Amino acid sequence: MSILKADHITIRFGGLTAVSNFYLNLQKGELVGLIGPNGAGKTTVFNMITGVYKPTKGEIYFNGQEITKKSVDKITSLGIARTFQNIRLFNNLSVIDNVMIGCHLRIKSPVLSAVFCLPQYLQEENYMREEAEELLKEVKLEKFKNYVAGGLPYGEQRKLEIARALATRPKLLLLDEPAAGMNPHETKELMTFIQRIQEKYKLTIILIEHDMKVVMGICKRILVLDYGKTIAEGNPEEIQHNPEVIKAYLGVEASYA
Amino acid sequence: MIEKKKDFLLLKIATILIIILFIFVAQRNFDTYVIRILNLCGIYVILGVSLNLINGFTGQFSLGHAGFMAIGAYVSALLYMSPELKEVNYFITPLIWPLSVIQIPFVFSLIIAGLVSAGVGFLVGAPCLRLRGDYLAIVTFGFSEIIRVLFCNLQNITNGPLGLKGLPSYTNLWWSWGIAIFAVWFIKNLINSSYGRALKSIREDDIAAEAMGVNLFYHKVLSFVVGAFFAGIGGALLGSLVMTIDPNTFSFFMTFQIIIIVIVGGLGSITGTVIVGVLFAVLMEVLRSVESPMSFFGLNIPGIPGMRMLIFAILLMIVVLFFHQGLMGNREWSWEWLYYKLTRSKKEIKEGS
Repeated sequence: MSILKADHITIRFGGLTAVSNFYLNLQKGELVGLIGPNGAGKTTVFNMITGVYKPTKGEIYFNGQEITKKSVDKITSLGIARTFQNIRLFNNLSVIDNVMIGCHLRIKSPVLSAVFCLPQYLQEENYMREEAEELLKEVKLEKFKNYVAGGLPYGEQRKLEIARALATRPKLLLLDEPAAGMNPHETKELMTFIQRIQEKYKLTIILIEHDMKVVMGICKRILVLDYGKTIAEGNPEEIQHNPEVIKAYLGVEASYA
Repeated sequence: MIEKKKDFLLLKIATILIIILFIFVAQRNFDTYVIRILNLCGIYVILGVSLNLINGFTGQFSLGHAGFMAIGAYVSALLYMSPELKEVNYFITPLIWPLSVIQIPFVFSLIIAGLVSAGVGFLVGAPCLRLRGDYLAIVTFGFSEIIRVLFCNLQNITNGPLGLKGLPSYTNLWWSWGIAIFAVWFIKNLINSSYGRALKSIREDDIAAEAMGVNLFYHKVLSFVVGAFFAGIGGALLGSLVMTIDPNTFSFFMTFQIIIIVIVGGLGSITGTVIVGVLFAVLMEVLRSVESPMSFFGLNIPGIPGMRMLIFAILLMIVVLFFHQGLMGNREWSWEWLYYKLTRSKKEIKEGS
């Protein structure tokens, strides 16, 4: 079953075509890698899926429903969550507050019942706290729960960002360079972690990553972008031997006459 | 654990009872001058806390507080003034019909003042809150100026620049302090709730907040409307305290005073706002002396009106330079905090010995 369909989306910023004719038909439960050199338009694709940018042309469907023109928070509430390339945590808030903000979109009690601490709200607050603690346990950050998020080490911040995204109970998770700045040991841990949460929460994942070990290791299908165009698609094996991909990453071999 | 919670609750109730006792004693025994300053303390706390909700906790820098206060002050005054008093005041252009005969009790006029102000807050906030940072500050500043100019010219409603004089003095310590306590309690509960976390997440990083499903528009408008509601009530109390209002009372100068309270107290600290709000009201009176003529080493200095604000401006600069986050930063004082502070230091001493 198709969960996400990006139907030939194109976006132009002035004269620059950042992404052109991007097509992706994502099946439920897939783990797809999105790779390409810097500036290829990978993050722009994420921004279009999550509604930050509206495509100039083309439509995006999520579970059969068109989401092209929907607002960012609406799309998140439908079940698409993301992390950011340059970590964007709520730095001055505590670790658990960060995760609980991810739970906020499900709140049913109105504002006044929250202010007057009515039982209905207090119960919801308790559920949210329990769920957040559960997620922190999942990423092994429960001992830091009252720390300020901005004070965590880099790798832990990445994990917290994933926990925060999971708190929105997504069906589709977009991870933007989760392994950036991690050492090989942490990267290895991250790979098993991603596979574990995919299984546990029945997620579909799109992964942008520069670390080929991660991409080749866990993705069954890989898309390669270069200058906004999809230049290759296939399983890791095929991608590694695709001449277009090698050209994009390494350049053309100079030919001497 | 539950026992502890109960203890804290008792402690809080006791604190409030002590304040009530104090108000009771003060209202009966203190002279009018002191009571007036205490009233101002309460009003500044209401205004400061409501502005801090918008500027400090939601991170939307608004300069429109004086506008909301003006709306609150005029709406309430038009409702609680007696028809005879209105006739005396509007001797050039008579007041338009339904308003000229209405008179309702002070309580209801306060609530309506707050609601009207909140309604205007919604109307202004809805389009403006799409803007960020400096742009929002400029637009909200423009709004408060528009209100001022509008009130100057709507002679048949606001009596124009003549203002309203001889307002009945309803504001007493019960009102000002009671509403101040309510405002502090309300806003404290709001910012500690899930909605408050969402407000703070917008301050921290609005892009990430939106990506986490926080509806930016709804939450920004929410904080703006709640802020405007209390600003309106604060303005209404102030009007009835000074017993005379005219549009120029609510100039940018008024917003500036509240901005000082919020920034010196710490953007994002209710405790800081309360402390500085009280200090500000007291200092405004104490520093009156610098505005009167004085001789200084045989040098005669004539009284310069506005010298107080010069001192406040210098204080503001010192605070911004040396305490970046104001006196309290984003820390809060509470009985729990005090308790844990005390027990922890005791524990450390024990471990040390």
